[in-house]
Amino acid sequence: MVTAILANRLVASPSRIGAVINRNVGALRSGPSYWLVLVSGFFEPVLYLFSIGIGVGQLIPSLTLGDRVMSYAQFVAPAMLAVSAMSGALAETTFNFFFKFKYVKTYEGVLATPVRPMEIALGELLWATIRGSLYTGGFLVVMIAMGLTTVGWAIVAFPATMLVGLAFGAVGMAVSTLIRGWQDFDLMFAGQFAMFLFSGTFSPVQDYPLGVEIVIGITPLYHAVELVRGITTGALSLGMLGNVAYLVAMGGLGVWLANRRMTKVLCT
Amino acid sequence: MIYARGLVKRFGEFTAVDGIDLDVAPGEAFGFLGPNGAGKSSTMRMIGCVSTPSGGELRILGKDPVRDGPAIRARLGVCPQTDNLDPDLHVFENLTTYARYFGIPRAEARRRATELLEFVQLTEKATSMVEPLSGGMKRRLSIARAMVNEPDLVLLDEPTTGLDPQARHLVWERLFRLKQRGVTLVLTTHYMDEAEQLCDRLVVMDGGKIVAEGSPRHLIDTYSTREVVELRFGDEAPSSYVDKLAGIGERLDPLPDRLLLYSADGDAAVSELHRRGFTPSSVLVRRSTLEDVFLILTGRTLVD
Ligand SMILES: Nc1ncnc2c1ncn2[C@@H]1O[C@H](COP(=O)(O)OP(=O)(O)OP(=O)(O)O)[C@@H](O)[C@H]1O
Ligand SMILES: [Mg+2]
Repeated sequence: MVTAILANRLVASPSRIGAVINRNVGALRSGPSYWLVLVSGFFEPVLYLFSIGIGVGQLIPSLTLGDRVMSYAQFVAPAMLAVSAMSGALAETTFNFFFKFKYVKTYEGVLATPVRPMEIALGELLWATIRGSLYTGGFLVVMIAMGLTTVGWAIVAFPATMLVGLAFGAVGMAVSTLIRGWQDFDLMFAGQFAMFLFSGTFSPVQDYPLGVEIVIGITPLYHAVELVRGITTGALSLGMLGNVAYLVAMGGLGVWLANRRMTKVLCT
Repeated sequence: MIYARGLVKRFGEFTAVDGIDLDVAPGEAFGFLGPNGAGKSSTMRMIGCVSTPSGGELRILGKDPVRDGPAIRARLGVCPQTDNLDPDLHVFENLTTYARYFGIPRAEARRRATELLEFVQLTEKATSMVEPLSGGMKRRLSIARAMVNEPDLVLLDEPTTGLDPQARHLVWERLFRLKQRGVTLVLTTHYMDEAEQLCDRLVVMDGGKIVAEGSPRHLIDTYSTREVVELRFGDEAPSSYVDKLAGIGERLDPLPDRLLLYSADGDAAVSELHRRGFTPSSVLVRRSTLEDVFLILTGRTLVD
């Protein structure tokens, strides 16, 4: 009896999580507007790869990272891969989630059914991860075609990008439950852009002063880039376990906070 | 179906529902009547297991809403006061998607969606998005959505507010059919005719408390007189006549535009009025309604 109650309270139902994901598939079935949003998100990181990775890369013959030598494009491509996982998932759990949470009250309708806040959080997060993975899958194909990684490493890198999407998606969702309105999004995008520029994306963090390097070491995109770059360049290291642990913790914390906030705001 | 004792809902310092007792039996149509802010929606949300009671006892379908929320909600149909249909989904998809939240298989969901659109006469709108629908159509879609899990208990928060008379009658007729099928209905309303048409029993709420309870007929008999005379005086404010008319009828209620005179025999009261030499510009004798009960109990008119 006690365990039954515990199970009832703690464990989320897979079929209800599936129903939350199904809602987004339904939005795709209902009309073209969501398709446009989905497709447009793919191109941004690809454009960066071409303009900076290849374009700027022409000026930088090669790059030495520790004992590894690689082309600049090889260096930038995994960072853009991590960025596309991040921005794909974030687009879903920030803009779309916030809109449904705050303005159109979609979730209030959902919570009148057996679905619980945790199941909404997990369903939306999985969907966000799927969206991020569509981008990273496409991006990996581009990387293979350009000889920036091998098929084997791409297959290993793919689940790593899913973890990146999950971690950022979860934190994005938690932030969305906290912000007051669209003006707060500008702040969030500023933070996202700063990470995009400085997380060892376009130049090795070792080139920065030590203090800056430490600050960057705390921010999440750095860990995502380190992990993904280690895999696509085939240079695995023990430190990558630390990156994985960081991302897992980040995802867990995000989901926990999102669930708490949704319960507090929607179930009053 | 619903059992509540001393049910309380507080928002911070403010008490929205202040210790109410409820008993709703299976198959009954039960209504909440009350002015704005009386606590009707707050109560409905607690019954719908989306809002946790701040105090008192509440059992829905024999279960505890805090512990068994999902199991109870699986058997409820909820039509909220403000529509929260999904704007990213077209009409048909709104129903099938909602069915999936209840774990209803895809094919069955489609079958029910088709049937329900028929039921609320929205079949031609099946592939329309929600946004361009009229208010009445959205309302009907909300009601259809609340039926998708074939609920035992349906909660309707002001189901017909904002509808034109034709749409309202359609909704009433559909709700009446549900009732005939044995579905238990709980609704809130501002409309007396709605309460009289649909409710077997109702409570009048005011300031978070239940101030009266019973069938529409019982409430009228208990709190009002058999007849009411509506008097209008061309020149002066109705309230200035309260003292002058003292002794006629059983009770006088001045409204901004007219004076209500409660009396078991309206015609007799009017004769007495004329005998005393008053000449109102208009006189209307009518049977007492729930509206009068409401006015007597809360001191307010319903639709403001
Ligand atoms: N989430 C909330 N936070 C704070 N106060 C609330 C909240 N919801 C309702 N209230 C307050 O509780 C009181 C009762 O509100 P409720 O919505 O239950 O009234 P109602 O009877 O449904 O009124 P109406 O006829 O206008 O729909 C109101 O004073 C309202 O301001
Ligand atoms: Mg209300």
